[in-house]
This record gives sequence, structure tokens and C-alpha cells, in this order.
Amino acid sequence: MRPAFSIIFFTTSSGLGLGLAAWIVLGLMDFSSASQVVMTAIITLGLIGAGLLSSTFHLGHPERAWRALSQWRSSWLSREGVLAVAVMAGLTGWFAHVFLGGTPPIWTNFLLVALLVATVYATSMIYASLKTVARWHHPLTPVCYLMFAAAGGLLGVLWLLAITGQAVSEALLQATLLLLASAWGVKLVWWRLAGSAGSGSSVASATGLGSFGEVRSLMPPHTSENYLQHEMGFVVARRHAAKLRVIALGLGAALPLLLVGLLPASGAVMGVALASHVAGVMVERWLFFAEAKHVVSLYYGAAH
Amino acid sequence: MTSLPEPSAIKLGLVIDLDICVGCQACVVNCKEWNTSGYGAPLSDENAYGANPSGAWLNRVHAFEAGEGETAKTVHFPKSCLHCEEAPCVTVCPTGASFKRAEDGIVLVNEDWCIGCGLCAWSCPYGAREMDPAEGVMKKCTLCVDRIYNENLPEEDQVPACVRTCPTNARHFGDLGDPDSEVSLLVAARGGYDLMPEQGTRPVNKYLPPRPRRAVEDAPMSLVAMADAETPKGFWKWVDSTLEKLG
Repeated sequence: MRPAFSIIFFTTSSGLGLGLAAWIVLGLMDFSSASQVVMTAIITLGLIGAGLLSSTFHLGHPERAWRALSQWRSSWLSREGVLAVAVMAGLTGWFAHVFLGGTPPIWTNFLLVALLVATVYATSMIYASLKTVARWHHPLTPVCYLMFAAAGGLLGVLWLLAITGQAVSEALLQATLLLLASAWGVKLVWWRLAGSAGSGSSVASATGLGSFGEVRSLMPPHTSENYLQHEMGFVVARRHAAKLRVIALGLGAALPLLLVGLLPASGAVMGVALASHVAGVMVERWLFFAEAKHVVSLYYGAAH
Repeated sequence: MTSLPEPSAIKLGLVIDLDICVGCQACVVNCKEWNTSGYGAPLSDENAYGANPSGAWLNRVHAFEAGEGETAKTVHFPKSCLHCEEAPCVTVCPTGASFKRAEDGIVLVNEDWCIGCGLCAWSCPYGAREMDPAEGVMKKCTLCVDRIYNENLPEEDQVPACVRTCPTNARHFGDLGDPDSEVSLLVAARGGYDLMPEQGTRPVNKYLPPRPRRAVEDAPMSLVAMADAETPKGFWKWVDSTLEKLG
């Protein structure tokens, strides 16, 4: 599948913002001043909002994007849109409440966290619900998205705590290390399991000609690349997949783990750890798209 | 609404005979001509006269080879929207632009609502949907809904453009929900089948398999064997031996 940058940025940025928001709503940060609340709100809502805005850039008609809120009964993309709007509104209210010196009631915190988790889940299901892309259509796909949101969000909390000079408990550090390691652990398992998942389709079932023997594509139905091949026949990353996985693991897992282990109190160091993690997740997301094979490629000469 | 309607009694669709199709591309061209000049945005082309032309087409003809040696087959393979009963392209649509008609099962796109996200094309295993490069909306086969019910056209033209134009009669249009319709009888008689049944889409369109090839023993002696077997006589024997001496 063609990796559109707007979509990679959307899932990475929104995922991080949603994870960060969940930990903040759960009370991992103590706000000592109103300006800290404003700064945290801008960062959190900015990450989610920038992602959502970016996701409209690949549309043929962005001005009609509001229509995407209508089909939540059947469409995961629509559900994602509805939940994201609800989350943005809820979070804005939550930050406003805290800014005015209030303590949001506990049930609103739980409701917001449930909405945040549901939004990340809905993002992942846009891809995991597609039977045509075997690699995505796997139970672990939503788990990967949720784990990366949670791990990235917690790393974001560490960074915010460091730059605001708040103390970081040993338990929080260990939880971050554990979550980071397990998020990438799940991704390694996904690479192995989902990567080898078959679509159940073959060129024989695609053409119905299997009873005559091995089926081969003889002629494409056009003289140069068409929309389907452009959109679904991307091959660059598959050639370099092994190298890119090492880069993703190095940036997303190894460096942040090392930095969190060594200098969790330094704002600059935690900033580097967070940036490195984000870069690693973006490489991972790039591979998520670029390595994915669509069954339609069976009509264009793919072996399986 | 992008939830699927209750299954309709009438299921309009195509039956494509792979035994007959010669891959002439007439259906492809007539499809493009009809659908670029009627409803909605034209089917645009990019770099149409350049080295790498591309554009939106609703019907394309592939060619496949199956088997080896004397029994191998070359099969021309037209492919357009199959108007699936469990159409994944309909349920993934976030806007309600992609829909399946309750009355006859035709899958259509409302181009005024389509945001051009492309998710329906990703969800289709058959590659039946293509984004219009100029208009930014999804294009697909309409089963020529603007012909089949169009009483301003002569009756023989009230069929999809691809069916009307096929010079070999390899394409048939009709109601596959009616077991006694011509197309249903054809499917029953010839063993018509679904493409990728394992994808769970339950396509309405059916394909008729190529008929089995006649046994090789029935075929006339090959030309190469005939040429090798011949020994010249009379005048040709003299020509043959003279040329042999010269050279």
C-alpha cells in the first residue's frame, strides 16, 4: 500500500496525543500553575488536532470532511471521526475545568479515558477491518496501535514532568520502560505473525482458472501504471524492510529506553527520547503501509 | 446510508463468458465513452498523449495464461464492479456516498458526497474502483443505470454499454436474483462462478469458465511435422538436388 505521509503523520501524532491525554487525565501530572495547564493543553490538543488536520490532506474533497461523521453505524473511519471530535471537545472541557481551579469528577476522567482508548482503537480498526490486506486484518493490529499510544504518551508525560521540574517516581520510570519495551515486543510479534498471514486468496481463486493449471498474468489491462497499482502496488519498502525495522527499533525503542534509564530528570534528554520515539514510530508506520500487500495485486502478477 | 440494505429480490448484474472473450477491448472503450459523457464528472485522463498516460476506467480487460504445453490456455479476462451482495466498499464509506440500491442491488457512488478518501478502493478485493485524477472522487461501474432504465433509448440499447458493444456476445446482462432469467440459466448450464469467494463479498456478477479443450489426437498433424515428412519428387527433386550441389 502506498504510504501517504499525511496518514503516517496522522496516526503517529494523534496516537501520541491521545495516549498523553489519557495519562494526564488519569492524574500523572500535578499542575502547579495555570500556565502549565495551558501549555499541557496546547501540546496535547495540538498533537491530536494536527494529526486530524493532516488526515484531511489526502482527501480529494477536504471541504466535505464533515460528512465523514455520518456513517458511524457501519464505518470505522466514521467512528474514528466521531470519537475524535468527542475527545477534542471533552478534553477541552477537562482542561478548562482544571484551568479554572476545579477538580473534574472521577466519572468524567473515566469517561474521557474510555473515549481516548476507543479513538485509538477506531483508528486501528480502519486498517484492521480490511480483509483485503491480510497483514492488517489481524487481531494484534489494534493492540499495536494501543500499546504505541500508551508508551508514547507515558514518555510524553516524563518529558512534561522533566521540563516543569516535577519529581518522577521510580514506579513511573519502571512503568515507562516496561511499556516501551512491551509495545515494541508486541510489534516484533506482529511483524512475525501478521507479516506471514495469508489472504486466503490466490491468482487461481481470483480468476477461477486454477483447474487449467498454474495461472500467470500475460498482459496487464493498460499500458502504464494505473490508480490501483499506484495506490496498492508499492514495493520500495519491501526491498529494505529488514534495515528499516532495525532503524525503527533503534530510534523507537533502544535510544528512548537508554535515555529514560540514564537521565529521566533532564528535560532536554527526555525531549530527545520522545523525539526519537516519534521518529521510530513514524518509520514503523511507514512500514505498516509500505509492506502491506493488497489482494488486488493478484490480478497484476503477484504470486500470492 | 452505507449500511447494506436487506437483500433485494432483483439482483442486476453481468455474466461474462471467458470462453468467448477475445480481448478486443471494445467494452472498455465503450464503457469509457458512455460514462465520460453522461452523469457526474467525466472520467478524466492524465498525460493522455504522453509516454505514460493514465486515467480512470471502470472496466479493464486483463489476459492470463493457465496451464502448460498443449493444454495451456490464454484467457482474456474483463473485470469491472461485481455489485457484491456483501459489498465491503459500501460499509467502509464514512460519508454515505457509497451505497447499494435496495431495489436492484446496484452499487453506486454519490459524487456530491464523496470526500475522495479512497478507503472503498482499499476494501475492494477486485480493484473495481478508481479515483478520478482530476475530480478527486471515486469512480465505479454503475451497471449503466442511466441506460438500463432509460426509456428514451431504443429497447436494444437499454443494456450496459459494455454488453451492447461486445462484438462476440461474451457479456450478458440480466437479473441474477431470478432463477429463471436467461443469465441465471446460463450460469446454471455453464457452471458460472464467483471471483475470490473466500473474501466473503458474494458478488452478483458471474464468470463462465472456458470450455475444456478438445483432445490433442483430434487435431490435424502439425505444419512442422508435415514439412519434415515431405520428400520432394520430380521437378522439385531436381531443384532440391541442384541447389544442394551449388551450395
